[in-house]
Amino acid sequence: MFRTIRSRLLAVGILLALSIWALIPTNVTQRVRDPATGRMKDTTVRRVPINLGLDLQGGIHLALEVDQSKGPVPDCADAIQRAARVVRTRIDEFGTTEPVVQIQGRCRLIVELAGEKDPARAKGIIQRTAFLEFRITDMQNKFRDALPEIDKALRLAGVKPAGQAGAAATVTQLFGKDTTKAKAKTPKGKPAPKDTSEANAPGALSSLLFQGQLPGEYLVPEENVPVAESLLARPEVQRLVPRGIELKWGTEVLSRAGRSYRTLYAVEDRPIITGEELQDAKALRDPLTNQSVVTFTLSRRGGRIFERETGRHVNDYMAIILDGRVVGQPPVIKSQIGQRGQIELGAKPLQDAQDLALVLKAGALPAPLTIIEERTIGPSLGQDSIKDGIHAGVVGVGLVILIMVGYYRLSGALAVAALGLYVVFTLAGLAGFGFTLTLPGLAGLVLSVGIAVDANVLIFERIREELQHDKLVRTAVDEGFKHAMSAIVDSNVSTALTAFILYLVGTGPVQGFAITLIIGIAASMITAIFVVRTFYMIWLDRRPDMVTLSV
Amino acid sequence: MIRLFANADYDFIKWRRWAYGLTAAIIIPGFALFLVHGLNYSIEFTGGTLIQVQTAQSVGAERIRGALDAAGIRDAEIQQFGGPNEYVIRARIGTAGTTAEGTTEATAAAVDSALTHSLGPAPTAFTIVRTEAVGPKVGRELQSKAFLAIFFSFIVTLVYLAFRFEWRFGLAAVLATFHDILTTIAFIRYLDLEVSLVVVGAVLTMVGYSLNDTIIIFDRVRENLRKFRRQNLYEILNLSINETLPRSVLTHGTTMATTIALVLLAGEVLRPFALVMTFAIFTGTFSSIYIAAPLLMYIEKRWPGQDARGARIFRHGGAEPVSPPPSPSSPTAPSGTSGGGSRSKAAV
Repeated sequence: MFRTIRSRLLAVGILLALSIWALIPTNVTQRVRDPATGRMKDTTVRRVPINLGLDLQGGIHLALEVDQSKGPVPDCADAIQRAARVVRTRIDEFGTTEPVVQIQGRCRLIVELAGEKDPARAKGIIQRTAFLEFRITDMQNKFRDALPEIDKALRLAGVKPAGQAGAAATVTQLFGKDTTKAKAKTPKGKPAPKDTSEANAPGALSSLLFQGQLPGEYLVPEENVPVAESLLARPEVQRLVPRGIELKWGTEVLSRAGRSYRTLYAVEDRPIITGEELQDAKALRDPLTNQSVVTFTLSRRGGRIFERETGRHVNDYMAIILDGRVVGQPPVIKSQIGQRGQIELGAKPLQDAQDLALVLKAGALPAPLTIIEERTIGPSLGQDSIKDGIHAGVVGVGLVILIMVGYYRLSGALAVAALGLYVVFTLAGLAGFGFTLTLPGLAGLVLSVGIAVDANVLIFERIREELQHDKLVRTAVDEGFKHAMSAIVDSNVSTALTAFILYLVGTGPVQGFAITLIIGIAASMITAIFVVRTFYMIWLDRRPDMVTLSV
Repeated sequence: MIRLFANADYDFIKWRRWAYGLTAAIIIPGFALFLVHGLNYSIEFTGGTLIQVQTAQSVGAERIRGALDAAGIRDAEIQQFGGPNEYVIRARIGTAGTTAEGTTEATAAAVDSALTHSLGPAPTAFTIVRTEAVGPKVGRELQSKAFLAIFFSFIVTLVYLAFRFEWRFGLAAVLATFHDILTTIAFIRYLDLEVSLVVVGAVLTMVGYSLNDTIIIFDRVRENLRKFRRQNLYEILNLSINETLPRSVLTHGTTMATTIALVLLAGEVLRPFALVMTFAIFTGTFSSIYIAAPLLMYIEKRWPGQDARGARIFRHGGAEPVSPPPSPSSPTAPSGTSGGGSRSKAAV
């Protein structure tokens, strides 16, 4: 394998192509704050897919634990899972592009908010107690019936149908597509086909909404969500929303016919029961029907209220609302329910049931969190760090190039060329495996350039020794590579082992450093041994009669 | 063609006692200081609050201290950081006992309001560019983790070297690396550098780098032991160090170039890391030559290996090598090459 120059060049070429492919800017979904509405929305941005750590782009890192100061919490792992679920529902409230919410170990929650500028607000959002309520959806379609009025009011207020001209095109297009593909959902505006507003111009709001599968459920194409939100926030619309009805967005994004939609629910403004009355919830799989089921238990008082309310609402749909967001699809109330009830999720995976149970419990047993660690890095500091790091890197690499070319001449130049590949490979490794570049990682990268040439130095010194013993150039090169190998492998493996331990034991930035070091070691082995060898083969192939080697 | 230290023939091992003395002169006072004062741990380890502020004008640390004193934050230490209008305020848990658990958060807020009071409103008069608030529990965890990391890296290295070389080499390499950790702690103590997670990372990288360096020499020793059957370990060690000397100089040159660039240019946050790395290259190189190699000889003497060549020199009187150097014209050494064939290794 790799005996011929051609096959070696091919291998290097493939590696290089893969690396460049990993580094070309791609579309990345980010959440950004819409300047018009102030809400968060998904957008796609083209950028080089290297994740920058919080210390480089600025942001907040928080570690939270369940507060045990006011009495022990028996099952902290369970409490932290509920807390994580709650923080995830609130993700939209953070002003950040890619929030990270993860459980570390058993009982610790890590929240990373890159680019967040207001730590106090972010902490408030995270530590706020969860609020759970059950509400009946708009069974009489009061909101739907009010839509023509709302559209009219918007027209009077000077809002063009479907807002901006650009958006209008996509809306009408979608409009047609949706009727043909999903017959179950009649597009909004059609339920009253003889309506006057429908024929000539679609209403400003109604053209954004599609009827969902159950009363009070509407689907809004993802890209129209900001427009719909801003329309719904207008006072003339607020005034016309029927009494006793409120609008709540769903947490889920549904995908229909290749389009993604957000759900919007019209629900009664009065909850039939709140999380205070909930005592426990469990997810299980019904052994008889093989369905995923969530069972829940209410307090005695809650049981009485629930019995009365569900008795009045048999066959109605009940939205489960956590922190003002409808979780999942509202289930139908099949019969009167007392202190114990269950929600059937049909054929959905048990995972979904577990998630719903977590939502119910989060509302029932709020987990008070204390912040045990906080790091806030201002965005300017991050930019300065990148600038300084790159500055130091350029100077450091420049010196390395100077030393190598000055000392080893043409061979040194080969090593420098390989060093260029080394940097590309390392960055591609970081991007390809989705690792995060941190400030120590940047230092590790600069440092590893200095260490990376070590393998070449070992090889070149060996070649010099061989040449000194009057070996032929070709033999000297072969022997040089062969004898340097064991030293290169042993020393690199031992360094990689320490870096690996650093990765296992370390946290955050230190792990970033270890990763950069490990990838750097792998890349330097490839370039120093394989690539430089290939360069030599080409060189010797061109000049078979070479007597002296520039090394 | 530039050649540094080509065909060098220095008797490194002869100077081992001087080297021990030098290194003891560095380690012992440093360690005494360390035992008396401890290290300047960052708040990541001690728990506490760090706030980095950037002021519009250069106000001086005194002004900030005055502002904090007025607000009743007395145990904070204030340090200029980088530019003339950047300051770092540190309040460690346990320094004066006032910052207790759970109040690290409150300290940050108190500093903010104290500065607003004294300097003016936040975005114009000053900006807080970095805040770190770490509870004591996290600090304790990190301490034990750092210790574990160093411990496990030793174990893994011992096993790897025992597997690739033999246990005597592994032990010598690990002991030399342990020496490096001691000198580095002394160095950190002398410069009173703040020990943060990143500096611990530098110490661990140093462990890797120093091992790397020792292994390069030991690899040569392993090779030369096979090649020159008649020489004793003293000569083989000297020969191997001399043969790898050009490589050592070159590699340390390039690595040093990058770490010095980091010291000078990479900014205040990375400076302790870069300083420790720069020192690590010194101590790593030094220990590979003057500590690891003599230690290997000592270990060989105490627990002789199969051919007991380490013990030979002691049989024949003192530290002087006795067996003749290999004949200069011995190109047919077992491995087909002879790196040291043309060198004279006669004792001085």
